[in-house]
Amino acid sequence: MKNNTPRRGGFMARNRAGHPTACHPPYKTSVKRSPQAALLSYPSSLSEESGPVFGPDVLGPLDNDMITNFAAPGEMAIGPRIVVHGRVTDESGRGVPRTLLELWQANAGGRYRHKKEGYLAPLDPNFGGCGRCLTDEDGQYEFRTILPGPYPWPNGVNDWRPAHIHFSVFGSSFAQRLITQMYFEGDPLIWRCPIIGTIADKSAAERLIAPLDMKRTIPMDARAYKFDIVLRGRRQSYFENRREGL
Amino acid sequence: MQPFDDHPETPSQTAGPYVHIGCTPTFCDINVYSGDLGASMKMGPVKGEEITLTGSIYDGLGGALKDALIEIWQADADGLYNAPEETRGQADPNFTGWGRSPGDMQTGAFRFETVKPGRVPWPDGRLQAPHISVWIVARGINMGLTTRIYFDDEATANAEDPILSRIEHQNRIPTLLAKKTAPGQYQYDVRLQGPNETIFLDI
Repeated sequence: MKNNTPRRGGFMARNRAGHPTACHPPYKTSVKRSPQAALLSYPSSLSEESGPVFGPDVLGPLDNDMITNFAAPGEMAIGPRIVVHGRVTDESGRGVPRTLLELWQANAGGRYRHKKEGYLAPLDPNFGGCGRCLTDEDGQYEFRTILPGPYPWPNGVNDWRPAHIHFSVFGSSFAQRLITQMYFEGDPLIWRCPIIGTIADKSAAERLIAPLDMKRTIPMDARAYKFDIVLRGRRQSYFENRREGL
Repeated sequence: MQPFDDHPETPSQTAGPYVHIGCTPTFCDINVYSGDLGASMKMGPVKGEEITLTGSIYDGLGGALKDALIEIWQADADGLYNAPEETRGQADPNFTGWGRSPGDMQTGAFRFETVKPGRVPWPDGRLQAPHISVWIVARGINMGLTTRIYFDDEATANAEDPILSRIEHQNRIPTLLAKKTAPGQYQYDVRLQGPNETIFLDI
């Protein structure tokens, strides 16, 4: 059988209208950290189509459980217990298997474990705030944590971040590298947040809000939230006489 | 008309001020993992010229970023990537090709111990000049910035490079060049804004 497996071409152009604008004055730090010149556009080459790959040997047994991975033996982090799960696909709808997700978040009181963090809410001695997991063959992932708290931050006089979990996703190509944030259904701070406001397209911003998933909720234990992630995709070509990449 | 079955890319959000908690927790004294990924690019003796790459990232007011995360991805000394996508040969198994630096705790300066990469083909078969792909995230950067490091001692290869040769403002090319300061030592700074703003890429 020939030509029944799509050959992969270069990356499809990134639709930047569905992403944040680099300079968004209500998010003050972006003003002097945003490039002013236009980005120079090029087709991808092997340098962008390849990327680092991480295997299960990288992971420890508790890496995907922020409730216990920093806790003293027999103890657990304080806060509403949740499971976050979803599927990582590309822009063609194909699952992205065996890709690494790195996660970080504030504790249930909205406090990060970081020396530059100044919020008066206390640290939880049993909560570190980082976790990671790999997707399976189908692109599915899940991890367990506590619901992070909202917190005030120094931007405007009275700006509060909605509850969120940071995601770093690798994909299989360096061009797919993505950092984003997951928000929670129903949080009234979402549409007040200058960082969400960096995304002009509201329908795009909506895709960062994870719905409550009662079907995956574990009775008498932990609620579930579902957060699917789409990484950039490559052009598909079934024809061997088509030049790859251009 | 049938609805178009679209799967738009998930929007980016800033990495925020605490990206180091998630990506280099050991650097933040959060000892959940056995070390930080990307802290070392060498798993043993490596082929080729070993180099040290240092630099800083500056904002539009000239201040050095102290809360950035910079990642690099490159071929080995023979121009081969240590990745499943590489079909031209076996890359140096002791060289990962991927590095990640949270920068120095006090100054924000980054440092990579790596090797000088070999040349990698462009999709049409022409050879690219030796280069390193760069990805920068930080508080205030709403979407990771992509650029490349080339080398100022590769004038011939740089002149042939498909990307460098197509840049309209050739006076900006030095913003992509790592400067050789001593044998095996290169300096490369990133400027997010200003007259010497680094060329950032959309690839």
